[in-house]
Amino acid sequence: MTRSAAAGYTDLVDTVAIRAEGLEKRFGSTPALTGVDLSVEPGELVALLGPSGSGKTTLLRIVAGLEQPTAGRVFFGGEDATFVPVQARRVGFVFQSYALFKHLDVAENIAYGLRVRPRRLRPSRAEIRRRVADLLDLVQLSGLERRFPSQLSGGQRQRVALARALAVEPKVLLLDEPFGALDAQVRRDLRGWLRELHERTGHTTLFVTHDQDEALELADRVAILDRGRIEQVGTPDAIYDGPATAFVAGFIGESVRLPVTVTGDGLHIGQHVLSIATTVAPGPASLFVRPRDLVPAATRAAGLPARVTGVRRAGPARRAELMLGDGLPGIEIELPADISVARGDMLAVQFRTVRLFSA
Amino acid sequence: MSEQAADDISGTPAGGPRRLRPRPAVAETAAMRALLIATAIGFLGLFVVLPLVAVFVEALRRGIGHYLETFADPDTQAAIRLTLTVAAIAVPLNLVFGLSAAWAVAKFDFPGKSLLITLIDIPFSVSPVVSGLVFVLLFGAQGVLGPWLAAHDLQIVFAVPGIVLATVFVTVPYVARELIPLMQEQGVSEEEAALTLGASGLRTFLTVTLPNVKWALLYGVLLCNARAMGEFGAVSVVSGHVRGLTNTMPLHVEILYNEYNFVAAFAVASILAGLALVTLVAKSLLEWRYGDALGRSRLY
Repeated sequence: MTRSAAAGYTDLVDTVAIRAEGLEKRFGSTPALTGVDLSVEPGELVALLGPSGSGKTTLLRIVAGLEQPTAGRVFFGGEDATFVPVQARRVGFVFQSYALFKHLDVAENIAYGLRVRPRRLRPSRAEIRRRVADLLDLVQLSGLERRFPSQLSGGQRQRVALARALAVEPKVLLLDEPFGALDAQVRRDLRGWLRELHERTGHTTLFVTHDQDEALELADRVAILDRGRIEQVGTPDAIYDGPATAFVAGFIGESVRLPVTVTGDGLHIGQHVLSIATTVAPGPASLFVRPRDLVPAATRAAGLPARVTGVRRAGPARRAELMLGDGLPGIEIELPADISVARGDMLAVQFRTVRLFSA
Repeated sequence: MSEQAADDISGTPAGGPRRLRPRPAVAETAAMRALLIATAIGFLGLFVVLPLVAVFVEALRRGIGHYLETFADPDTQAAIRLTLTVAAIAVPLNLVFGLSAAWAVAKFDFPGKSLLITLIDIPFSVSPVVSGLVFVLLFGAQGVLGPWLAAHDLQIVFAVPGIVLATVFVTVPYVARELIPLMQEQGVSEEEAALTLGASGLRTFLTVTLPNVKWALLYGVLLCNARAMGEFGAVSVVSGHVRGLTNTMPLHVEILYNEYNFVAAFAVASILAGLALVTLVAKSLLEWRYGDALGRSRLY
């Protein structure tokens, strides 16, 4: 939050906290959001993560004022913004497809929000020019001010959209799938750049993504949405290491869900029994397994026997695909360097972490 | 399979293997291309260029003097004035209607939307004669509103208001039809962006929506204008053919022709044809001059 370090871009209005209380949204009879509570601290970068149709974009649009909630309230700082029209909310919104003005060049796009102000609030022409130059500098696009959006690459358009949103000195910054339309390499570059930009300008930022790597890497906190509800809000570590619900456990990481049964003597996985203590109530349950949750057992007796159905490379690691029993979905284990197995071998495995939820 | 291929190769004449030039999959052979181009040009020449040339040739058959004499005739002047007046009323009306209809259809969801789209198309599918007859049945002396109009001394059918109504009816789809697909494709995200940046609704319309559709709008207006000036059927039914009063240019052409006054008929017709050519040239010029801006509003 070293705001003063933002070169030439120090005249920001104070950024404020965002608080959503009991938001409901129905489109016709279809509920898009149910009972959503969320608060974002001033200067915080929060990701809304969820599968498509989970309501994350609807939530973002309600915060922006582009949609009206069926019930509930939105606060900007101490101010109730629920009925403040979108024009007066002073949000910087970056659209998924950027929504740049096609008929205006880069400089005119960025200046738009300043030019449409009523005369008494409008900066002078020279001031607008200066502000545009500063913003172009900030998003590293100096020299492209006379280009039209159609003459820019995807990554450049994205940065123009961001500069245009920042030009109105927004109280909060809202980004809808900011990297959705870019290829993998550009995504990675822009991710780091956005994090850096956020540290310089310090805006309260809420961004929507369906890419968990992006959310976990970029955000201070992540809110996981599913079917219009917030399932869990937490730091990336808390979300990754301690999923609070079965949905989050299945959604985050490369998780495979194994149907299991909990009884008095432990966990029944297919034919096998794993004797562990659990707080999950007896009955059918779901066990979520990620590649690093499993380790080869020291002795055959200490682990569950699994059949190796394949070995493959995944980046720096080697992984084996395993079957614990007939009718169970295949799971993966990350292999230590000193173990080599081949397809058809039997491997005894132990659980390092058990993520168990009532089914 | 490979044996078959080997047979084929050995089967080629000893004169040497035929040279196969690589050709893009979608390209045709030279003969086919020539045939297609000749067909297109021949058809256009026979059915479009030839008649158009004939109009001017006939109009100037007895020399430029006779040609110009036609326009000294007060009835001809009245016809030209009336046509311009009707277009000057009908085109702006359609511009406003077309923009609002396209805006409503493309940017909102409301009950009866598909009905509205169908209604916009009705003038395209209904015969112009029927379009004219509708107004006679509504506003004529024997019509539904006839007695009331007569009581208030209002003349609609067989007068200028009737001609304007019929022309508006016939030209309704032109602007809207040009705009709807474009505006639907463009969606509302640019408008939303303008709103989040603080622009008012009107400002958004003027600085974002309108510039994005201006070329389609202009094109629609040009087409609408051409049709408004050239409309014959519907106008013929409601006009009453009163010389110097309710005769538009197309009607005047017919009257002159029926009176075997061929030079005058073709002279007036040449004005209409000239108008069409000017419209076309204007459109081509705009496309050439502002081609990049045009492309910008379609691409990206």
